[in-house]
Order: sequence, then C-alpha cells, then structure tokens
Amino acid sequence: MADNRENLTIHIKEDWCKGCGICIAFCPKQVLGFNENGKVTMLDRENCIKCGMCQLRCPDFAIFLGGKE
Amino acid sequence: MNHPLVENYFRIDKFPHIWCPGCGHGIIMASIARAIEKLGLDKDKVCVVSGIGCSSRAPGYMDFNTLHTTHGRALAFATGVKLANPELEVIVISGDGDLSAIGGNHLIHAARRNIGLTTICFNNNIYGMTGGQYSPTTPTHDKGTTAPYGNIDKPFDITQLAIGAGATYAAKTTVYHVNQMDKFIESAIKHKGFSLVEAISICPTYYGRKNKKGSVVDMMTFLKDSFVDHKVAEKLPAEKKEGKFLMGEFINKIEPEYTELYDGIIESLKK
Repeated sequence: MADNRENLTIHIKEDWCKGCGICIAFCPKQVLGFNENGKVTMLDRENCIKCGMCQLRCPDFAIFLGGKE
Repeated sequence: MNHPLVENYFRIDKFPHIWCPGCGHGIIMASIARAIEKLGLDKDKVCVVSGIGCSSRAPGYMDFNTLHTTHGRALAFATGVKLANPELEVIVISGDGDLSAIGGNHLIHAARRNIGLTTICFNNNIYGMTGGQYSPTTPTHDKGTTAPYGNIDKPFDITQLAIGAGATYAAKTTVYHVNQMDKFIESAIKHKGFSLVEAISICPTYYGRKNKKGSVVDMMTFLKDSFVDHKVAEKLPAEKKEGKFLMGEFINKIEPEYTELYDGIIESLKK
C-alpha cells in the first residue's frame, strides 16, 4: 500500500461484493455499513483513516484504496 | 476502477470469483499476490499449482503460469515442475483434505526431501466443494455431512505434520491475522527448501452452518479470540491457554535443497 494516503480514497465495487460484512465488522473506525442491497457502503468518509484493513480482509476484492477520481 | 492487485496479478475476466459469501479463501489468495508483489517476482517466473477442491480454484484466477491438477497431486506435479525448471518459484495451493488426506503421502515426502516448493494450505476444516464431508482437520465432535452425530477422529495438525516430516519452514496463521499472513507467505516464498504456511480459513456455508458457528463475522471473531502466537503462549499461565490454538512461525532453518543436490549429482558426473 502506498505510504502517502492523502490522495487515496475507499472505492467499492458493488457488483463483486457478496455482503459478508467482514469489512464492516472489523473496521477500526466503524465507517462502513450495508446499503439497501445488502452490500457494503461508505457511511462516514470524513472519519475513514484509510488504514486499508477492509481491503486486506475483503475476500472478494470489492473494497480497496485507490486514487481520487 | 479495479482493485490494484486484480489489475496486476489476476485474470480479471474471471471475476467475481466462485467462492461463497464470507469464504476466507479470497483473503489468502490476495495475500499470496501481495507477497509476490512485495518480493517483486517476475510473473513469468512464478508457477502456481493446485489440486482439487474449493481452494484449488485459486490458480484459475491468478495470472501466472498456473496448473490445476488432480486431487491430492498438486505437490507431485509441482515436484516435476521444480525439478525441470529449478529457477521457477513454484507455489502450491492445496486444501486441508487435498493436502493431508488424498495427498498426505506427497506432503510428507516433499517435506522429507526439502524440495524448494512453497505450499500454502487453505485449511477450512471441511470438504466444501463436495458438500461438507469431514476432513482430516475437522475437530473431534464437530459435524460434517458424513459425521451427522459428530466426528470421532482426532484432527491432524498440518503444520506439525510437515515439521515432523522434515519441512524447513512451517508457519500457521489465520484469515483474521492478515498482516501476519502476508509476512509468513513472503518468508515462505523466500525460503530455500520446503516451506509450508497453513492458513486457517473459514467455511461459513458448510462447516459453519453444520456446526452452528454463527455468522461470517462470528467465525472471524472466533479466529481473532482463539489463536495465540506460540511464543506469547509460552509466557501465559495455563488457565489462559485453555481452548486456545497456537499459531506463528514454528520452524525456519536452512538445510540442503533437493534440486541443488540433484544438480550437484549431474555436475559431478560431467567431470
């Protein structure tokens, strides 16, 4: 993972998310939640510390840190 | 935009993968790719070999030289690949049943020879693909479709089995402890000689449901709470160790590697 996280943000690929909830449960800042489709969604982007634990523990490659678009 | 690992190390047209929601196998597969990325290995110099089972679907998604072989025989095929091309980094992906039951003999002999293969065992304590039959690592009293009243067998400790057979690198970790897993897989790939990383995975669909282990998150929390590093455990009082499982790096030593010894024989006969 890049050292400079200033320009990074969490991206979610909803098509690939299977709604297991691992990223939501183990997010140290509890900034993630389920949307109406039962998939992960970012609830509180302000408080996300971009630690990347969601990316590391996502079995489906559906959530990751990437460049701001 | 896609996950950066997927862009660089996976066959993107094969995604989303086939594994069930919450299956830990995707976490281990990503960890292997991260270790390869960190080591800066040439993709064409890596060969990923698997047998049969849920875990063994992984090479289908991974963009390296890949070989999906017959049940239990991943190590046998990998031995052939390594002997023919010792410069390749050969990584074997095998499930608990594939590696310790059907391919148990290949495991002990690959370890005994100390051949330079990296074996990553995706251990979910069950035969998932075929419908939840109990495997050699299903804990005693736990249920499977073939043990509806509870399993009476004693489970194998695959890490200790490999050490007993002569593996020169062996470590155990879980899909919860993902940073540690990255480190162990990286060390295992770098290691000269036979290395094994037993990655404890979760199977919410069969093992979890049959044994009332709760949700995916409950199963991950169980891994978090019940695995202790063996070096930490040494210092714990007996009552704190009760019901805990040991993980960590159990052996890391250097011994002559098989393909080098083999090449030595060839060289000696040329003179």
